[in-house]
Amino acid sequence: MKNKKIVYFISNYGILFVFVAMFVLFSIYAPNFLKINNIFNVARQISTLGICTVGMSMVMITGGIDLSVGYQISLVNVCCAYMMAKAGINPIIAVALVILMGTTIGFINGVIIVKSGVMPLIITLAVLNVLNGLSFMISKGLPIFGFPKGFSVLGQGTIFGNVPISLIIMAVILVLGAFLLKKVYFGRYFYAVGSNEEAAKLSGINTGAVRILAHTLCGFLTAIGAVLLLSRTNSGLSSNGAGFEFNVITACVLGGVSALGGKGNIFGALIGCLIVGFLENGLLLMNVSAYMQLVVKGLLLLTAVCYDTYMIRNSERVKKIKAINANNEA
Amino acid sequence: MSDIILEIKNITKLYPGVKALDNVNLEFRRGEVHALVGENGAGKSTLIKTISGAVEPTSGTIIVEGKEFSSFTPSTSKENGIAVVYQEFTLVPVLSAAENIFLGDFIRHGWICDQKAMNVRATEFFKKLDIEIDPNEKVKDLTTGYQQIVEIAKALSKNAKILIMDEPSAPLTTNEVAAMFRIVNALKREGVTIIYISHRLEEVFLLADRVSVLRDGGYVGTKDINDTNKDDLIKMMVGRTLKETYPERNFAQDENVLEAKNLTGNGIKDISFTLKKGEILGFGGLVGAGRTELAELLFGRMPIKSGELYFRGKKFVPRFPSDSVKKGISLVPEDRKRHGLILPMSVKDNLTLAMIKRFSKGLIINKRAEVEYSNKYVASLNIKTPNIMARVRNLSGGNQQKIVLGKWLGTDPTVFILDEPTRGIDVGAKQEIYKLMTDIVKSGKSIIMISSEMEELLGMSDRMIILAKGRFSAEMKREEFNQAAILKYSSESVI
Repeated sequence: MKNKKIVYFISNYGILFVFVAMFVLFSIYAPNFLKINNIFNVARQISTLGICTVGMSMVMITGGIDLSVGYQISLVNVCCAYMMAKAGINPIIAVALVILMGTTIGFINGVIIVKSGVMPLIITLAVLNVLNGLSFMISKGLPIFGFPKGFSVLGQGTIFGNVPISLIIMAVILVLGAFLLKKVYFGRYFYAVGSNEEAAKLSGINTGAVRILAHTLCGFLTAIGAVLLLSRTNSGLSSNGAGFEFNVITACVLGGVSALGGKGNIFGALIGCLIVGFLENGLLLMNVSAYMQLVVKGLLLLTAVCYDTYMIRNSERVKKIKAINANNEA
Repeated sequence: MSDIILEIKNITKLYPGVKALDNVNLEFRRGEVHALVGENGAGKSTLIKTISGAVEPTSGTIIVEGKEFSSFTPSTSKENGIAVVYQEFTLVPVLSAAENIFLGDFIRHGWICDQKAMNVRATEFFKKLDIEIDPNEKVKDLTTGYQQIVEIAKALSKNAKILIMDEPSAPLTTNEVAAMFRIVNALKREGVTIIYISHRLEEVFLLADRVSVLRDGGYVGTKDINDTNKDDLIKMMVGRTLKETYPERNFAQDENVLEAKNLTGNGIKDISFTLKKGEILGFGGLVGAGRTELAELLFGRMPIKSGELYFRGKKFVPRFPSDSVKKGISLVPEDRKRHGLILPMSVKDNLTLAMIKRFSKGLIINKRAEVEYSNKYVASLNIKTPNIMARVRNLSGGNQQKIVLGKWLGTDPTVFILDEPTRGIDVGAKQEIYKLMTDIVKSGKSIIMISSEMEELLGMSDRMIILAKGRFSAEMKREEFNQAAILKYSSESVI
């Protein structure tokens, strides 16, 4: 029994060891990696990733994917920056409006996916381009800056001495997300829909609504992450979120959120974020070029996805063989 | 207060060309275990689909506790306390047993699930069923037997008064079957009516209070279990006459084409047989007896664990389907739409799929040769299609099956494995497939035919092997063919 638990722990949290190993290696080889300033710096950078990962996890658990999060971030950045710097709108109202906008984008994604029945991959790929175009049209490709004072507090400010505010926000969202997935009824529906949609439907669950909800929450959380990013960088640029969906999906898959749906939790996703965040930071400190970083991250995602699919197939095969053997013995 | 909980009156269900149910009348008493038996195609599954609302009867009424319904939808069926446990479970593997039981109807305070309360209630259900399952365990970590129990508990949580169990013992091991029997008896004590569908007659005698027999969509009779015996039931089930004519033939020669010795693997245990040149060897048995699994071994789709296979006297180890195809063994699979055809492609492309290389010079396909070949086979197989460019999806089942056969005929194989060659095909097309099979053996090729249709087995096989639970059960020569004996050997548990 104890043995079984250890095996269970390793197969579910093995990624934790990967993270620890990576952390130790960087501590040895990357200069300044272990400095407290560097750690908090990474924490600040990671907050956007962490928040978006919660949203993406929900979508992926229902069996979907959202490729448009990167350019959602861009559009939110550009719109929020435009409103504050060019239209003189109060930052609080601007932030509220762009969060509403992000939520709406997620909702629209969900509705199109459910109503059309087309693969989420294709739909969100198309939406990605629309959002990219819109953000360029608004910004004309130029950075927008000059925000009211105080806006930067969200992304740059600290509390309790040295702790970044953005880190606190991320932590709160992670806890809420974990709670939602574990305890709230529609959080459990996410798993049901992703794992066996037909069974969920037959049990009287409106599976379409569940998937729309997951996409809506993803849009909502992505917008929050985008506002933090804008506050940290202090400049609204239409390339701010380009390629960010890649980091988010890598973090999810590394953390055990299955690309096939029905599997994953927030703790794992957090570890995935930490790996992606510290990997970028560590490679930078070691003077590895940005292009090489892309290669490393790409290979990382490739490995994680193959591993995940292999494990799922393997467990199915083991189960089938076990069942056949049991039948033969009987 | 009558003790008839469910009554079926004059139910008829017509499908184009087929009478699936013919004026069936049945009564089910409160708190009884009522077994429903009959051969494949007798109408059992159509009947339970009618009761569960999945199929709307052409005429007739269903009366549940005195309420009369002429049309019955899945939701009215559920509202009236009818639940079905299918062979394919409707569970979510990643959720816990308790969550599955209450799926769609979670116990919760506002938005927050009360997992504790669900666990407590689930444990109560399990206790009622006299079984111990950890309600926290994820369904994917449970054995098939326990999964079935979760499925039953799920039905009970919806206050089911009538529980329909469709071949519940099929996926279970012997120990699990014993546990399932206990549960059925516990349910009976709770006053639940159980409609139990099974091929295995010994189960019926262990479990049922009454048993009803269907044959060819018609109702044959109902008996108290104490007033009948196995032979009696078999007599009621068969009594069917061969309606169709089967081509006369005897082309079997002495030469062995395929020989299996103690074949084991993929759920098959220790099976030996020979296939002669020009012979149609029929494989009979219940669904799940291991016939398709055997075909997968022969075709190299699954690995052979032990035992030997000889092809024309030489040892042959098929490791991949391509090994078998090279030797000249071809498989026409059970599910032609998924495994036999590429539906969105044209008749021509499907016909030439297995031999496209032969029409190619270098990398370029010789389109004219391809078209010629396709036209030739469309004509010789009498495939009814507007032209060879029509999409296979739009053709009838019979024509689709001819295309699968045509696809392999061109490769000139020596052995055809046909898995349920005429399933879902209308009568006329069936005759054409039979004629085609006769032509195949006439030309000195051999056929292994897996079939669940008694008539087809009797009419088309030169020799027959019956499997039961993955093992050899009996072999019969054509002159020994006998429906009652086949049924008996099929339902035998070979231990």
